[in-house]
Amino acid sequence: MIYDAIIIGAGMSGLAAGIRLAYFDKKVCILEKHSRVGGLNSFYTFNGYKLDVGLHAVTNYVPKGIKSAPLPKLLRQLRLRIEDFDLYQQKMSAVRFPDKCLRFTNDFNFFVQEIAENFPSQTDNFQQLLKKIFAYDELSLTAKPVSARKVVSSYLSDPLLIEMIFCPLMYYGSARENDVEFAQFVIMFKSILCEGFARPQVGVRKIIEALVGKYRECGGELRINSGVKTIRIIDNKVKSVLLENGEELIGEKIISSAGYLETMQLLSGLDPSKVKTREGQLSFMEFILILDTEPTKKGYDTTITFYNNSNEFVYQKPVGLADISSGVICCPNNFLFDKPLPEGIIRITNMANFELWDGLDEEDYRIQKTECLEATLKEVAKIIPDFRSSIKAVDIFTPKTIHKYTGHLNGAPYGAPDKIKDGRTHLDNLFICGTDQGFLGIVGAMLSGISMANLHVLMG
Amino acid sequence: MTREDIRSTILEVIADIVPDEDLSALTGDVRIRDQIELDSMDFLDIIMELRKRYGVEVPEDDYMELATLDGSVNYLEPRMKEI
Ligand SMILES: Cc1cc2nc3c(=O)[nH]c(=O)nc-3n(C[C@H](O)[C@H](O)[C@H](O)COP(=O)(O)OP(=O)(O)OC[C@H]3O[C@@H](n4cnc5c(N)ncnc54)[C@H](O)[C@@H]3O)c2cc1C
Repeated sequence: MIYDAIIIGAGMSGLAAGIRLAYFDKKVCILEKHSRVGGLNSFYTFNGYKLDVGLHAVTNYVPKGIKSAPLPKLLRQLRLRIEDFDLYQQKMSAVRFPDKCLRFTNDFNFFVQEIAENFPSQTDNFQQLLKKIFAYDELSLTAKPVSARKVVSSYLSDPLLIEMIFCPLMYYGSARENDVEFAQFVIMFKSILCEGFARPQVGVRKIIEALVGKYRECGGELRINSGVKTIRIIDNKVKSVLLENGEELIGEKIISSAGYLETMQLLSGLDPSKVKTREGQLSFMEFILILDTEPTKKGYDTTITFYNNSNEFVYQKPVGLADISSGVICCPNNFLFDKPLPEGIIRITNMANFELWDGLDEEDYRIQKTECLEATLKEVAKIIPDFRSSIKAVDIFTPKTIHKYTGHLNGAPYGAPDKIKDGRTHLDNLFICGTDQGFLGIVGAMLSGISMANLHVLMG
Repeated sequence: MTREDIRSTILEVIADIVPDEDLSALTGDVRIRDQIELDSMDFLDIIMELRKRYGVEVPEDDYMELATLDGSVNYLEPRMKEI
């Protein structure tokens, strides 16, 4: 059997690419190394609690009826309906710095108003920046990369406002330290501030079930526990993929969502001079607190809080194990659900250093996790109500966990700092989709899989 | 297929791709994309669906022929009359 396409990885991008190809009757097989699908955004059970691996919120939420935004576009491409994701909107989120707080909802005008109230001198400049953002073609594959910090500071003159805008956008999608390409900035700005946050009642499993269900219905083949060990090259073409269990599969085209460098490392007889990318450095750790109460009962109503405890926001690999001076606090309960979630949950994300975590022995790893937890809880209690006495259980993951479960180098969920927008590699029939192609997040990853499948298999 | 069949087939395909659009008032000689919200990905899907459902191949150079409903019927008539 020769497949029309083999897809490496059953994360959001691989599944979306698979649906496109299977729907149009291609013989397609998705290979997933793990026992479970979803990749960076999978789900699991911890002490009987059903938890999401990554999900804070689905970005890019727009109400039914709007057609030209990324979310409805991808739903059409996948022949799914918005109801299939069962999304509920956020209540309100906030960017909290010591001297100022900017709140935002899924209604962009609210945010514009917040800026006017908190930074009156910047109102006109902000309008000019918006003009620039809305006129920009962020999806162009040929635009010259420019620094977002340069562009934004040519419009806004208050450094605090600049930092406060960059904080959430960097956290939710920058593979680059401290700055980001302006195109990526525009994508993130629209997906978080202009569009907004939503969440399925039962979490990410709803989205994964919809994707896997559609893929199977279209006749696609999905193999779990099927890690690709080697991609065999003959005459500058991928000939076959060799699985960890020794099996060999042949495909006309290969789309990999494992990451660019990660994929290159699978190539047989790799010529290192062909590999031109730097490794991603940014990784995170996450604390998932299960509470014996609903956070609203303690007066906490915010959906997601991005905090920074000084006026300057630093987004880079920390020198210590973790950097708790800034972070993201997500409360999955605080979406406008029909019925309450079974548990109160608070998730805290901080930047973390992969090498340091990776270098610890087993006992130190455990001890350090607990110490980081205590430090971050103390810090967070300055920003939101103190939940320390309500904690029933805590799960913690580090950059090492992300690396172990998804294979991303340095546990960097956003991949390498330089993206390959057309998805091409030096091999004729090997393509990259997902994180390293350049569209990030759940919605971005799905769009990436769709556009790479369209461009390189359905049209090519 | 008759010209009428082809026209309703195309409308059916479009309705599956953009289920929320009202197609009842589509005019035959005006660009489809000027009448309903259809982006380039959706347009490509019309062509893909025709191939999937009826085995009709439309080469990339001919995509423009399908810009209007009348144009599509004209273009597809010889290619679908045996179906
Ligand atoms: C902690 C965390 C929180 C996040 N929160 C959010 C959020 O709230 N909202 C949001 O929109 N986004 C969020 N993201 C980002 C989002 O999860 C990712 O951008 C998206 O899921 C990436 O999908 P992908 O398909 O590109 O990559 P991946 O999900 O990494 O998929 C790649 C898949 O390939 C598999 N694989 C790797 N190597 C091989 C091999 N050799 N053989 C076979 N299979 C292989 C992996 O196991 C994996 O399943 C978060 C990420 C993290 C880490």
